[in-house]
Amino acid sequence: MSFLELTEGPLWYIAATVFVVGVAWRLIGILTIGRPKEMSRSRGFAPGGAIKAVILHSVPHGGNLGRTIYHFVVGYAFHVGLFVVLFFAAPHVDFIRERILGFGWTPLPRWAFIIAAEAAFAGLILLWVRRMTDPVMRKLSDWDDHVGTWLTFIVMLTGCLALQESHDGLRAFHMLSVELLLVYFPFGRLMHAFTFIFSRSYTGATYGRRGVTP
Amino acid sequence: MTETVNTQAAIEKFKAVIGAHVASYLDACIHCGQCAQACHFHEVTKDPKYTPALKMEPIRKVYKRHKAPLSGVKRMFGLVPAELTAEDLTEWQELLYDSCTMCGRCTEVCPMGIDIASIVGLSRQAMVAAGLGPEDLMEAAENARTKGSPLGMTDEVLADRIEWLADDNEIEIPLDREKADVLVTVSSIEMMKYPDSIVAMAKLMNAAGVDWTISSKGYEATNFGVLSGKSDVAKIMIERLTKAAESIGAKTLVIPECGHAYGAMRWSGANILGRPLPFEVVHITEFMARLVKGGKLKLKAMDQSITYHDPCQVSRRGGASQAARDVLNVFAKDFREMSPTGNHNWCCGGGGGVQAVASAAELRHQVFKIKIAQVEATGAANMVSACANCRLTMDESRAALGWQHEIKSLVEVVADQLD
Repeated sequence: MSFLELTEGPLWYIAATVFVVGVAWRLIGILTIGRPKEMSRSRGFAPGGAIKAVILHSVPHGGNLGRTIYHFVVGYAFHVGLFVVLFFAAPHVDFIRERILGFGWTPLPRWAFIIAAEAAFAGLILLWVRRMTDPVMRKLSDWDDHVGTWLTFIVMLTGCLALQESHDGLRAFHMLSVELLLVYFPFGRLMHAFTFIFSRSYTGATYGRRGVTP
Repeated sequence: MTETVNTQAAIEKFKAVIGAHVASYLDACIHCGQCAQACHFHEVTKDPKYTPALKMEPIRKVYKRHKAPLSGVKRMFGLVPAELTAEDLTEWQELLYDSCTMCGRCTEVCPMGIDIASIVGLSRQAMVAAGLGPEDLMEAAENARTKGSPLGMTDEVLADRIEWLADDNEIEIPLDREKADVLVTVSSIEMMKYPDSIVAMAKLMNAAGVDWTISSKGYEATNFGVLSGKSDVAKIMIERLTKAAESIGAKTLVIPECGHAYGAMRWSGANILGRPLPFEVVHITEFMARLVKGGKLKLKAMDQSITYHDPCQVSRRGGASQAARDVLNVFAKDFREMSPTGNHNWCCGGGGGVQAVASAAELRHQVFKIKIAQVEATGAANMVSACANCRLTMDESRAALGWQHEIKSLVEVVADQLD
């Protein structure tokens, strides 16, 4: 078995299993902690508040957009760029069709992929620079923040190197880095990709009952 | 100092208060630090230690080590945080008490929508379990337990002051009527420092023909049990008000001009008590708005310009920001909103019990500079609020800073406009 076959075979299945089971375990684990029953008289509709908060917190509100414009622009550049690359890069669409879903969709043209990848790279690098230089972020950051950032960066970098498909080794390194990220994902702060819906919803529901969405 | 800190009790309390909502908050925080941009303490000091997300650190450590899903697997690899220490708790006392008014502005800016203010409230319960907390705030809570109010206003003092106010102002202030539709509660800050507010409230109730009373069985609206983290005191205060309202058959309990009192009774009261309240709880601004809308209060027009400071617990965290405006818009011909305003307004700097913490005074005064700038930008001749705690905070800060603008009570201003 070649290195590429190893990373696209057993290691991929192991990593994907750890990812799926780990994410599910953590999300179900959070929900099953439970919370005290709410007994105050409701003024508003809690589910409506939850939905509103999920949408509203996609943009800083309350006149705070200007104060957080760096994170807003750079954060969206990274996340949108990564999402586009992850789901619309031609090799990824092929991989999803052949190895995961059995069907695919039209990939992005190469020029669009390049723009998305550049946005993702620029966003991730600028977020990390901010984390290293801003006094508030330096004060807050721990090893998990850096591990998550660097794993993501390495996955993106090896992905670009493998893009030409000129060498099996480069593709194998990309697969290996993806598998490392998938295994790490459920244990670290990368989980915010899922837990953000929970946190926004809980706040939205709590205050939605009160007739306000903070 | 750390020798007397009961760290294990704090850990157990943290574990007990972590529900699914708290867990999701602690798992969602990405340490982006945007919350600092919305916090008045960070705004005036630029000190990163005042970043709201940092206030979650003690409870985060306990959650990640003891309660988070997969923490067992992470512990095998040494990837969980170190155990919470007495030094951690002692260091965090200032961050959890002196420099968080639980105003909730940080939630607005958080991309995860994390309700950090509620986590600070829960963390204070753990601090109390550890034997920590500012002495003056703890004393206020104990006064509430033993004397009935944080300022030591016993039921005898209440009766004396009501009699004095009624005689002095030739107005009826009913106390301990056997039955009434409306139980009006008071804040000891008003009764002891701003008694004109009590008189004004009585004028409004009487003018509108409300069937009301104050009760010596349960009169103190402020809840320093909630503010301090003393859960047992919080429950005692809720029980007193509930029993008083039930004993007179009240359909409505009116919270006076106090933001945190509103939050404690309106939104936390039933949860603390463990059963739904058999009456509605409304803030005085909501009650006034109803009376005005129902044609029970006739108000003269006010030509002078006026601006309104939103108490955070009534507006952003209480959902009742419109009520004060519904009243102001009836009589104030030149009502000027601050910027930002309503649910987005800046805090006075003294909410969440910070007003009662002497060591936080200088920090509060610095925060008040934000309010000064907001008010001056409106150019309004008058500034009102609907929270005696905000008013006291701002009065102390304006005295310290030498700012000449007077801060008035909305209830008093409305009573002055009675036609």
